[in-house]
Amino acid sequence: MSAPSAAAADGEPLIRWDWIGRNLDGVIAEAFREHLVLSFTPVLLGLLIALPLGLACARWSRLYPVVLAATSVLYAVPAIGLFVIFVAFTRLTYATVIVPLALYTLSVLVPAVVDGLRSVPGHVRQAAEAMGYRPLRRLLRVELPLALPVVMAGLRVATVANISLVSVGALIGIGGLGQLMVTGMKWPGGGFATPIIVAIVLIILLALAADLLLLLVQRLLTPWERAGRGRRGRAAAREAAAPGRAAAGEGGAA
Amino acid sequence: MNVIWNSLSWFGEPGRWSGPDGIPTRLLEHLWYSLLAFAITVAIALPLGLVLGHLRRGRAAAAAGFLVMSSANAARALPTLGLLILAVIMTSAGDLVPILIPLIALAIPPVLVNAYAGIQQVEPGLRDAAEGMGMTGRQVLARVELPVAMPLILLGLRTALIQIISTATIAAYVGLGGLGRYIVDGYSRQDYDSMAGGAILVIVLAIATQLAFAVLERAVVSPGVRPAERGRARPGTKRRARGAPPDAIPAEGRGALGGSR
Repeated sequence: MSAPSAAAADGEPLIRWDWIGRNLDGVIAEAFREHLVLSFTPVLLGLLIALPLGLACARWSRLYPVVLAATSVLYAVPAIGLFVIFVAFTRLTYATVIVPLALYTLSVLVPAVVDGLRSVPGHVRQAAEAMGYRPLRRLLRVELPLALPVVMAGLRVATVANISLVSVGALIGIGGLGQLMVTGMKWPGGGFATPIIVAIVLIILLALAADLLLLLVQRLLTPWERAGRGRRGRAAAREAAAPGRAAAGEGGAA
Repeated sequence: MNVIWNSLSWFGEPGRWSGPDGIPTRLLEHLWYSLLAFAITVAIALPLGLVLGHLRRGRAAAAAGFLVMSSANAARALPTLGLLILAVIMTSAGDLVPILIPLIALAIPPVLVNAYAGIQQVEPGLRDAAEGMGMTGRQVLARVELPVAMPLILLGLRTALIQIISTATIAAYVGLGGLGRYIVDGYSRQDYDSMAGGAILVIVLAIATQLAFAVLERAVVSPGVRPAERGRARPGTKRRARGAPPDAIPAEGRGALGGSR
């Protein structure tokens, strides 16, 4: 074996930089590209389902416990189990992994949408109505923007969890960076740590980058959250809004 | 759908219900690894979370709280499969201990965070009243804070156990026994019936665990703090911890806290 420098105790270095160098444009780039597709498609899909579903749950509060029970049972199901079941419907395609992962995001995104909408103070809703906003316009211009911080918090959780969950798909051959882990496990002679470490590091970096990106998007979309107020002022405003929110929980959820 | 129905015949094959690769043996293996990892997780994380939540004053406590919350976010980003494989090839393969370590490490954050947040979010007025009645710090924790925080604590325990059961399935890939064997062995033999059978068993086990916790919650949570509607603010707790960053406790607050597979 080459690369005698930085050798670990048993003579084999922990990370073989030459392997990384040789495969950066090939295997690693390909796995990373696949990981991107498998990470973000389910979250987008989940958001597209969670928005109308969350709206419906916020409007008809009887629906919410039913949906919540369904998504929480779904969340309990191990990902690999759901992947295997979906093979029967989709064969071995990207959809085998994307559809179950999208279903998982619902357990975070639906409550985020509902909690976000419920966090809009009743007096704000009434003010919008008094200003002549029709329901749809009120929803788009007033309620959804104000719900955004809570929704975005949910979106960040779902995205980060999803990015690491994708690698489980490698057990059925569709796992993005997870494939590198399998490569390392199957390496002749008792495994090879380098591709596994590369995969773990890239997944963590991707999760971190996605989290920061979403945080940035949230800041750009909610300029009023930081306009002219310090941390303390915002905290005070939140306290002040709390009683209004409690009252709005029952009466204002038209 | 037909494929799934066909694979149900797998359950009736000879030898499926006996022997070292029979369902009862595999199920017991799965339960044994899972409960062992769960017991160690709880022994480490639960007391730590309770005490950290109780000691909420002072700068050191705030720093510890921040670390606890960050651990949940970090654990979510860690890919379980990679950690399992790494743990196994870095040590001598085949041992139970290198597999248990990632299992436990990833299950600690949900227990820790929910116990910490549950205790920390107890309404200060309740705590003051308990102290005013002459309770010592330990009594306040055991008789006031613990019962009020119980729904969140149970949520953390449930998340951790469900996650351990999932991860133990994946760990079949690195040589652990249990129900995951049917999936992993089935995949390498191109035997879909075995994979589907294993998947169904694991799904049933996870849902049964979820239901068991629902029953436990009814038995353990005091009626006074039982939420009228799941996920809404309960009497005696605040939705968000004072002083914690606003997004430290995700607003959805349910299975997602520290969860990852």
